[in-house]
Amino acid sequence: MSEFMDIVFNINNLTATIRMAVPIALAAMGGAFSERSGVVNIGLEGMMLTGAFSGVLACQITGSPWLGVLFAIIGGGLVGAIHAVLTVGLKADHVVTGVGINILASGTTTWLMQVIWKRKGTSDLVAGLATWSVPGLRDVPVLGTILGTHSPLVYISFLLIFLGWVLMFKTPLGLRIRMTGEHPEAADTVGINVRAIRYFCVILSGCLAGLGGAYLSLAQLNWFSKDMSAGRGYMALAACIFGGWNPLKGLGASFLFSFTDAIQMRMQTSKLRIATELVQMIPYILTILILAGAVVRSRPPAALGEHYESGQTSK
Amino acid sequence: MGPKQDVSKFAYSVVAIVIALLVGAVLIAVSGYSVKDAYSNLFMGAFGGVYSLATTIVMSTPLLFTGLSVAFAFQCGLFNVGAEGQLYVGALTSAVVALGLGWLPPVLRVVIALLAGAGAGALLGFVPGYLKAKLGAHEVITTIMLNYVATFLTTFLVKTYFKDPGPVDQTVLLPSGSRLPELIRGTRVSLGIILGIAAVALLNHIMRRSVLGYEIRVVGENPHAAEYGGVSVSAKTVQAMMISGAVAGLAGSVEVMGTLYRFIPHFSPGYGFTGIAVAVIAGQNLWAVIPAAILFGALQSGGQTMQLFAGIPMELMTMVQGLVILFVAAPALGSLLFRLKIRAKEGGGLE
Repeated sequence: MSEFMDIVFNINNLTATIRMAVPIALAAMGGAFSERSGVVNIGLEGMMLTGAFSGVLACQITGSPWLGVLFAIIGGGLVGAIHAVLTVGLKADHVVTGVGINILASGTTTWLMQVIWKRKGTSDLVAGLATWSVPGLRDVPVLGTILGTHSPLVYISFLLIFLGWVLMFKTPLGLRIRMTGEHPEAADTVGINVRAIRYFCVILSGCLAGLGGAYLSLAQLNWFSKDMSAGRGYMALAACIFGGWNPLKGLGASFLFSFTDAIQMRMQTSKLRIATELVQMIPYILTILILAGAVVRSRPPAALGEHYESGQTSK
Repeated sequence: MGPKQDVSKFAYSVVAIVIALLVGAVLIAVSGYSVKDAYSNLFMGAFGGVYSLATTIVMSTPLLFTGLSVAFAFQCGLFNVGAEGQLYVGALTSAVVALGLGWLPPVLRVVIALLAGAGAGALLGFVPGYLKAKLGAHEVITTIMLNYVATFLTTFLVKTYFKDPGPVDQTVLLPSGSRLPELIRGTRVSLGIILGIAAVALLNHIMRRSVLGYEIRVVGENPHAAEYGGVSVSAKTVQAMMISGAVAGLAGSVEVMGTLYRFIPHFSPGYGFTGIAVAVIAGQNLWAVIPAAILFGALQSGGQTMQLFAGIPMELMTMVQGLVILFVAAPALGSLLFRLKIRAKEGGGLE
């Protein structure tokens, strides 16, 4: 039992929690933007996976992990653009399109991985991002251990999530986005370009999920492996809903996931003889529980999942 | 929807597959492989000879069940992405029951093992159905999470309780009395394909001729109207997810009892996900699941040959499935490509 306590109440868990929250929180913010504008985004998983892949590929070609990060954002954004064209432009069902995108991304990245690197499960190693150590902060006891030394993407992501919150709730553009998802007819009436807002938000969500993917393949690890997003895109969607479609609260929800993930990782390497498979199930079960608990008291954007054509009188 | 529209929709789906294969051809060529080599192997592996045809049928069998499972849930407006997990619990349950009931006469043993597999799948389908009905949790997320849970859980159970005393994590081989009978000697084509067709017929009958089927369709078409008309949306949601789960569970049972003869962790090359593509192509018509399953079974078996002899990874087929789903989800995409071509011919630009 004390061994178990040691595992749960270990300060390194908090460090790992911060670290592992990043990809989920970024994609959750992407989900928040997309859904606030009215487009369901189940495709976050595929966008994250594409980001992870294009990041490694670009890093290998250019030798620069930062260019890798840039291309991960572009790769995720391109998949976001596909989702936007299909759902906003061609009025395809949002959920079916999202699932199709995930299957397409899984197949394409795995196929290209085997074609490019001639290996079954992983890519070659590439130059990953070096960690940053924040002078001053790293010397503070406890806090320094938790926050002092991380991948630069951790700090950048936290900043982005704060800026995303500002954009969504403190700017005119954010108000337009929220209005588009709540009442597209009214938004249209006051001169908001509903289509443009939706395209912007869905592509942005792809960029953010892609950045989350780059974090997986260039910061946490420094290679790509088959289906390495491992359901984080779906967890992000659950975190987004649990966080009430708010980037900051979504970050909070992501900490819940990453904390259990941290404990899970620690248990796998501990002396406690619990079967790996049972421990690995924890984050997925937690996602179900959180989602089930969250949706009861949450209210999604009113026009979520609906198509809108300017000039139509009623839906 | 009349039969005429059904036919034209199915024809469009076939066109979608052709377009997806063309996109695949471009990728094959760009990657430096020979397209002719790839697709001739794909075709020969799927249809070129008795052995290839048998493999196609073997590959189509689980897809018949998973495709039917997803298509049935669609009728109730539900998207079951959890067929993969339901398949695994069905497969393991059938294997364990079939092994444990060695003292029963073979026919009874096989029937009970099949029912047990369906029951396990239904149980796993109940969870997302209940969470959707009572709490509004979106079934796409819950079913996908349950896929991971089911995969880990079955692997754990095999390793810990049902392991064959060899180096590999798998159950022991089923005795011949616990297997589904072979239909074609020397191949792995089993009674499973017949059971699959029977399942399509049965569910089609339920949908068209029973009160339950009528109510499920009403809920699928308009839940508000259904509730207003006295149909309990939450009850139908749970029932539809359980039936869908049971059918996906049977996919695993049939695979274990008719093809593999044992449970092996991670045995499925994504039958549950390919089932989504099958169901999307079949659309509202459950009978269309049969040709759609055979089509994707052919792509799967042809894909194996392509991988073996042309050295092209068969994940290409996963990509094709994803493209097909997108093309069918957005019928406008197909007509858009067509329009662009006409405009290009007329020499006009885009809007």
